[in-house]
Amino acid sequence: MAEGAAPPVVAEVRPATGSTRASRAGSGWGRRILTLVAIAAYVWLFLPILNIVVFSFNDPAGKYNLSWDGFTLANWADPFKDAQLTEAFWRSLIVAAVAVTIALAMGSFIAIALSRYRFTGNKATEVFLILPLTTPEIVLGASLYQLFLGRDVVLGQATVTIAHIMFLVSFVAMTVKARVRGFDWTVEDAAMDLGARPLRVFWKVTFPLILPGILAAALLSFALSLDDYIVTDFTRGEFTTFPIQVNNAFRVSYPPQVNVLATLILIVTLILFTIGPLSQRRRSRAT
Amino acid sequence: MAAATTDDTGLRKGRFAPYGLLSPGILWLLLFFLVPVVMLVKASLSTKPSRFAEPEFAWDFSNYTAALSEYSPEFIRSFLYAGIATVLAILIGYPLAYWIATCGGRWKNFLIGLVVVPFFTSYLIRTIAWTSILQDDGVVTGLYQLLPWVGSDGRILATPMAVVGGLTYNFISFMILPIYVSLEKIDFRLTEAAADLGCAPWRAFRKVVLPLSLPGIFAGSLLVFIPAAGDYLNARYLGSPQTSMIGTVVQNKFLVQFDYPQAAALSLVLMVIITVMVLVYSRFLGTEGLAV
Repeated sequence: MAEGAAPPVVAEVRPATGSTRASRAGSGWGRRILTLVAIAAYVWLFLPILNIVVFSFNDPAGKYNLSWDGFTLANWADPFKDAQLTEAFWRSLIVAAVAVTIALAMGSFIAIALSRYRFTGNKATEVFLILPLTTPEIVLGASLYQLFLGRDVVLGQATVTIAHIMFLVSFVAMTVKARVRGFDWTVEDAAMDLGARPLRVFWKVTFPLILPGILAAALLSFALSLDDYIVTDFTRGEFTTFPIQVNNAFRVSYPPQVNVLATLILIVTLILFTIGPLSQRRRSRAT
Repeated sequence: MAAATTDDTGLRKGRFAPYGLLSPGILWLLLFFLVPVVMLVKASLSTKPSRFAEPEFAWDFSNYTAALSEYSPEFIRSFLYAGIATVLAILIGYPLAYWIATCGGRWKNFLIGLVVVPFFTSYLIRTIAWTSILQDDGVVTGLYQLLPWVGSDGRILATPMAVVGGLTYNFISFMILPIYVSLEKIDFRLTEAAADLGCAPWRAFRKVVLPLSLPGIFAGSLLVFIPAAGDYLNARYLGSPQTSMIGTVVQNKFLVQFDYPQAAALSLVLMVIITVMVLVYSRFLGTEGLAV
């Protein structure tokens, strides 16, 4: 199960059902109160984000960047000032890149198998797949810790990556499966009838069709891996990732560079999520 | 379920291909999910004669009784906090999802995307940001102290209130999205029909919209409750030693005290309760709704 950061898949939105707005949301006052509640909810959702971004420009007097002491651009001029933090940041990126790549392949294959074939054990596989997502992270972490400990495996980057792949496989499989649901697999038969070999059918027909689903899963998985705390805590040994480093250093300091790096991650993911749908739209227009 | 809807679009009968496609991922899950859980069960039934001795497997169920009696406050607290956070997430998330679905118009996609944006910053850093917002000499706490029943020494930080607030905040997107998905499927002409037949708006909502969006509420509740019940970071940063949760105990026993049998028992009790909830849910509503 993903930590709070898990940015879930945004639902495909159906066209409006053609009713007037007023009748949907009730009349006058009811709608006004609802709008106020919604605005308040948005303010609440963005309050910590605002805090993180604003405090990346703070010039803290002490070692903790938690109270406002004055404006500075120094943190942004030197985002990689804290060597340990920077190293942990790169290590996080490497773990995420490796784990996401492997989990994408395994998860997509599972999604294809589940949505394309009828076979014995179909239902059981789906329930089994959902279990890692609905098991509390603390249990996933504790059980992996038991496994590695019992086998005298040295905890470190490899075990952290193994653990991330484990919770990402289910996530990728479910996300891709949701995207290819209702997909017409007979186009593969058509390609085959026209003489294409199976591997060519996969790369030229199947893969481009499931690609949007895979890309969405890739972005979300990357964010999940980058942000994971609990499972990583149990499988890391002396190895530290970005969130772990932030937590460990919090006993002695909380530098503003944390805010700068967090803001950078936010900006990059926002750009990726804006580009994704745009390029998809362009592609669909081209065909 | 998916199978029923894709049957007529050329779903194939596979003899070997599906198993070939499944095997790498499923093997990985067997090795690094199922086998570890079995190891955890084994550890929970082991005895540990002394602090530094290796645990030995002995069908020793006393770990469960000892753990449950010794850590019942943490257990009750975890389920209470996670339960309150789930209810709060419904109370905040439902109106927001309903507003986007009914008043969003052509901004719907943007508005629901906006809900997810905060969750692209690190979970831990968001939680630390709350400690900055709620700090004792901050604006929020200052306003809180103005409340008639709160004195000038009232705190938000290091209270159950802050922990529950943090849990609600960190997991609320798991509530909003399934509710929004279920609301999107509703044909709102139904409420117009109800209104035409003389039904008051509130009654139309209660009798038509709410029942149809219940699957979303159920899925959201599971998806908020599960991570909240096992969490220890909110309790660590926003709480005090008096607000420690079951996750705190398990983490501490495993990684600090190296005392596994009881910690294994504790985490398994948590897992069994949650797995039963998930299986009951998927029995009635399938697994689709849980794949957010």
